[in-house]
Parts: sequence; C-alpha cells; structure tokens
Amino acid sequence: MLRRTVLSALLAVLALVVPATAADTPGVTATEIKIGNTNPYSGPASAYGTIGKTLAAYFKKVNDEGGVNGRKINFVSYDDAYSPPKAVEMVRKLVEQDQVAALFQTLGTPTNTAIHKYVNQQKVPHLFVATGATKWNDPKNFPWTMGWQPNYQTEARIYAQYIMKNFPDAKIGILYQNDDYGKDYRKGLHDGLGDAAKKLIVMEQTYEVTDPTIDSQIVNLKNSGANVFFNVTIPKFAVQAIKKAHDIGWKPAHFLNNVSSSLATVLKPAGLDASKGLITALYMKEITDPQWKNDKGFQDWVAFMKKYYPEGALDDQGNAFGYTVAQAMVQVLKQCGNDLSRENILKQAQSLKNVEFPLLLPGIKVNTSPTDHAPIEQEQLAKFDGERWATFGELYDAAKK
Amino acid sequence: MMARARIVGLVAVLVVALALPFFLSNFRLFQFTQVGVYAIALLGLNMLTGYNGQISLGHGAFYALGAYTTAIMIDRWSVPYPLTIVAAGVLCLVAGFLFGIPALRLEGLYLALATFALALAIPQILKYFEHWTGGSQGIVLSKPNAPWGLKLSPDQWLYVFTLAVLVVLFVLARNLLAGRTGRAVVAIRDNPIAAQAMGVNTALYKSLTFGVSAAYTGVAGALSAIVIAFVAPDAFNVFLSITFLTGIVIGGLASISGAIFGALFIQFVPNWAQDISKAAPWAIYGIFLIGFMYVMPFGIAGALRRLAARAARRGTVARA
Repeated sequence: MLRRTVLSALLAVLALVVPATAADTPGVTATEIKIGNTNPYSGPASAYGTIGKTLAAYFKKVNDEGGVNGRKINFVSYDDAYSPPKAVEMVRKLVEQDQVAALFQTLGTPTNTAIHKYVNQQKVPHLFVATGATKWNDPKNFPWTMGWQPNYQTEARIYAQYIMKNFPDAKIGILYQNDDYGKDYRKGLHDGLGDAAKKLIVMEQTYEVTDPTIDSQIVNLKNSGANVFFNVTIPKFAVQAIKKAHDIGWKPAHFLNNVSSSLATVLKPAGLDASKGLITALYMKEITDPQWKNDKGFQDWVAFMKKYYPEGALDDQGNAFGYTVAQAMVQVLKQCGNDLSRENILKQAQSLKNVEFPLLLPGIKVNTSPTDHAPIEQEQLAKFDGERWATFGELYDAAKK
Repeated sequence: MMARARIVGLVAVLVVALALPFFLSNFRLFQFTQVGVYAIALLGLNMLTGYNGQISLGHGAFYALGAYTTAIMIDRWSVPYPLTIVAAGVLCLVAGFLFGIPALRLEGLYLALATFALALAIPQILKYFEHWTGGSQGIVLSKPNAPWGLKLSPDQWLYVFTLAVLVVLFVLARNLLAGRTGRAVVAIRDNPIAAQAMGVNTALYKSLTFGVSAAYTGVAGALSAIVIAFVAPDAFNVFLSITFLTGIVIGGLASISGAIFGALFIQFVPNWAQDISKAAPWAIYGIFLIGFMYVMPFGIAGALRRLAARAARRGTVARA
C-alpha cells in the first residue's frame, strides 16, 4: 500500500516536471537589466580580475546617473579562477539560475572555449569577450559570440604589411609562446607576408609559459643573423627578451606584440633605454603616456577611477580597457531602446556603425555587422622614444586589407 | 540493530538521490553531477591516503589522464562514451600501478613530493602532445543525450548515469575494503613491519592500492570530461590535486561516506565563500576549512559516526 502511494506520488511529480519556460525577455524588468560575467578574481590569471572590477564600477556610475533608458544595470560577475570547468558552472548559473539577459566580457581563451558551444545553443548574447583569439569572429557557426579587441592575427598582419614596405631585405626572427596565443600571431605574420614568408623568416623560436628564462632563444635569434625581431611574448618574458637583446648587443628592428606594450609592467622593468626603438601596434591610448595628460577622455577616466574604483591602479591599462568595453555595452543597450530581448541585444551589438570611444586612439571606429563579429580592426603603429609610445604613420585597417 | 539502521539510511539516501532529477533545475543537477564525479575521485584518493597511508598530492594528474583518455577517444575515434570510461579506468589502473612501484621506495612526505611533481608536470605534458590533446585549446565534446528514448534532459541523464557509476564503484570499494584485502591495506598503514610479518606482500599491496586509487580517480576524470563537455590543461592545475586532498580530509579519512561529504564541500563551499565576500572568497574558504577542522577533527564522516555512537549509547542507557 505504502509502496503504491510512494510510486504514484513519484509519478505525479514526474508529470509535473515541465521544462522551465523562459520569459520572452529573461533578465529584464521594468527597472532593471541583468548582465552576466565571469572573471579570474583568483588563480593564476588574477591580475586580469581588475577588468571585472572596472566593469562593475562603470555600471555603478551609469546607474548613479539614471541607468540606460530608465533601467539600472544589474551586473552579476563570478570568479572562475581561469578554470574552464568553473567557468562552465558559473556561466550556467548565470544563464539558468540568474537568468541574465546577456553575457558580457567573459574573460580568457580556455574559459570562453569551454562555454562557446553552450551559450550558442542557449542563444544567449555572448558579447565582447575578453580574449584576443581569432575564433570569436565566426558568426556563421557561432552567431551569438562576438569578440572585442583586435585579434592577434589582425595585429600580426599589420606588422607584416609594415615590414614588407619598409624592410624589403628583412631577415625575420620570431619568438613566440608555444600555445594558441603565440601561434595566432605567428599565423598572422605568415599570412601577412604571404609568399615572401619563406624567404624572409630566418628563424622561429618558441618557449613554454612555464619556462624560467628565454635567454638561449634570444642568443639563437641573434646568431641567426636576423635583423627584424618579432617578439610574441607575455609581459614577464617580454621584459627578459628586451633586456637580453640589449645586453648582448643585438639591435634588430624589434616588433613587440601589443599584449606586452605596457609601460609600467614591461618597458620600465626592462629599462627605458633598452626599450628605445621598440615598435608595437596600438588601438587604445596608453594611459601612462604623458601625451594624453590633457585629453578629455583620459581626464574623464581618471575622474571615474577616483570616484568609483579608487583602489584600482591608474597605471594599469586593464582598467582603461574595462572602462572602454563597458561603454560599448552601454552603447548596445542604448540602441536596444525598450526591446531588450536577447535577439535584439544581439542585433544591436551587430549594428555598431562608426562608434568612437574616448580611450581608443583618435580615428579608430568600432564597426560590426551580422557577418563581422570583430568590433575593433584598426590599429596604429607606435615607436617607443625612451619615454612614451609615439604613434606614427596611418591607421591600418585589417578589414580593408 | 545498527546494521539495519544503516541499510535503511543508505536506502533513504539513494531514494533522495534518485528523486533529485525531478525536483532540481538542470543547473543544480549539473552541480550535483559534479559532486558525484568528485566523490568518485575522492574515494579513489581516500583508498590510497586514508586507508593505505600513502599521501598523494598528484591525483589531479590521474584525473587529467582519465579526462583526456575519454576526450581523445570520443573526439578522434567516436567511441561510445561508456566504453571510454572503462578505458580510462583501465589505463589509469596501469599507470597508477606502474607509478606505485618506484613510489614504494618513498615514504610519507617524500611520496607526497614525488606525486606533487606529477601534478606540476601534467598541464605541460598535455600541451606538449598537442597533436593529440589539442594543446591549450583543449578538446570540445558534445553532451550525450539520454539513450533508449528516455524522456530526460542531457543534464538529467548525466546525473543518473554518474550516480549509477558512483553506486557501482562505491559498492566495489566497500567490498574490497571490508574484506581481507582491506585489512591488509590498513595493516600496512598502521604498521608495515607487523603487516609484513603477518605475511602481507606489502610491495604488491601498495602498488595495487595505488593502481586502484588511480583507476577511481581516472574514471572520475573521464566522467568530468563528459559532464563539462570540454577538456583543457588549465582545468588540471596543481590546485585540483590540493582540492582533492582537502576533500578527503574534510570528508573524513578512511571513510567511504566521507568521499561524498568531501565532494559536497569542495563543490559548494567555494561558491558560498564567494557569495559571502566577493573581495576575499579564499579567505572565507580558509575560515571554513579551519572551522571544519576545529569542530570535526575526524572529518564530517567521523563527526557523524561519533554522534551516532553517542546516540546509541544514550539509547542503551535509557533502555537499561
């Protein structure tokens, strides 16, 4: 008897299990819109966590000023410690439990790879992801995912263009990190050089992110006779590379990837003298560069930092990065008007036309379309003059080719 | 009397576990599936550390080995996923056994360091064999759907599937540890010389324990690859191995049920810590850890056992 009751009770429960019906506009009420995010606030990549904090601070500022179209932004950000399984769990929490309207600026290449398929299956806008990998610009297979910064291949192609024009008899030596980040850059350079790649590249060296030093690679590159050095390293190794090249008296045309262009974390530790003559590609104003001191955009940013994120460092480019990409998100929400369905959020994110942001280099315009999920595709080369990055030449546009 | 109470308790737990898919959201189920996966890994580590007294700081490596075995078999050869789990278990059994042989010469903290080296090395090794492992890009898998036309969501199915694997492995572990083998394993921990004098082949038993322990952890890793539907080297850093050790100590050393309590702890407490304080979640986690160790020095399972014993004593006193 008891057994039968339990059984029928179980069956009744079974019958009651209905798939959770999503509202038309999840995460949106008359007064609020919920935006989800994951960031590495702890773990090996926790230095990037400051970006997430800047995003939260910027949305607080927007809310204090009345929000967007009368709605406050409820920014929910969880720690994923840069671990893919944790990112999956946290993003599922954001989508299924917190019911966010969109995901924004989830940080990291492995973490975003882990959720890539899921968010596209769930049809949740996955906007302006914080990684430079090239694969986020794939609207055909992943229509709900969109990148933000110029991707690594784009940047490398710009260097290639410049090298072909200015160093016709270049002997190029490459040092790159042996992972997808390094290989993206390498591929970009090879593609950009085209048929000349075989002739111009004389040596390629790699290192593992866990290596203690890259001294021997630098010595090898010097001995190869290379007169152009394409330096694809993260800050820690960029410092080593610049120092070592200087110490052994190797003076190639030195192209340093944008990843390590920071004055505070790379050039100063490496020595400003040793850094003289470095060339990189920029799309943002370097906040430690004195030339922007009186720039309105820069001053607004400093005022924002002082008021909303006073513990954030004023020489950390990550804080300027977060500020800018948060402005882009607000722009998308503004364009959405009153229709905050996921479809429309995606549609508006795909309809950015010549938008400029105060901390991007003058002239850089953000453009997207349903077939273009790479918002920033312009960069300008800059040479380090011993004090600051001095931009020179025209804006390169990788989209135009 | 105790035995019957225990069986009733076990059945009750199982019924609750089976009922969860009908009450919880897919997301919560996913979390509980992870608890099940962790519980299997913790049971494996507990056999080695709790029962046999060999400390391992490198079980994350076997977890990774299991996960990658499954991922590569599914990705490359489209092998049905249940088979890949068996393969992962067997491979880790062999790997663990082989690692156990040289480890015989290492005792206590020295073994801990040797296994720690394993944990440190694994992410790099995975990146090195990029052709197979996909390097730091990892391997993306698809979640399996429920078979036999069952009307279950993929999350519900994976939960049930993991639960089934867990029950089988827990019953096997119990039978193994409750009998002659288990006594030998524990005797080696308590007094290796005496054990040897009693005719226990210490070398063989220690290597075997290492193998079985690695096999359990490998199966857990294989399940995790299917549940997360993605593997990448960053998922298997040193911290994972430390987390496992934390789990078995908090759950209760040398206790089968302790694996489940430990798994609940390592799954949920970091999340709570984050809810309490966004600024310093790991400080909060640390406080939880110290608190647990202070209040329950023998882990959660140990504390429950004590409570039960006290209740039983009071019961007998009252009846008398």
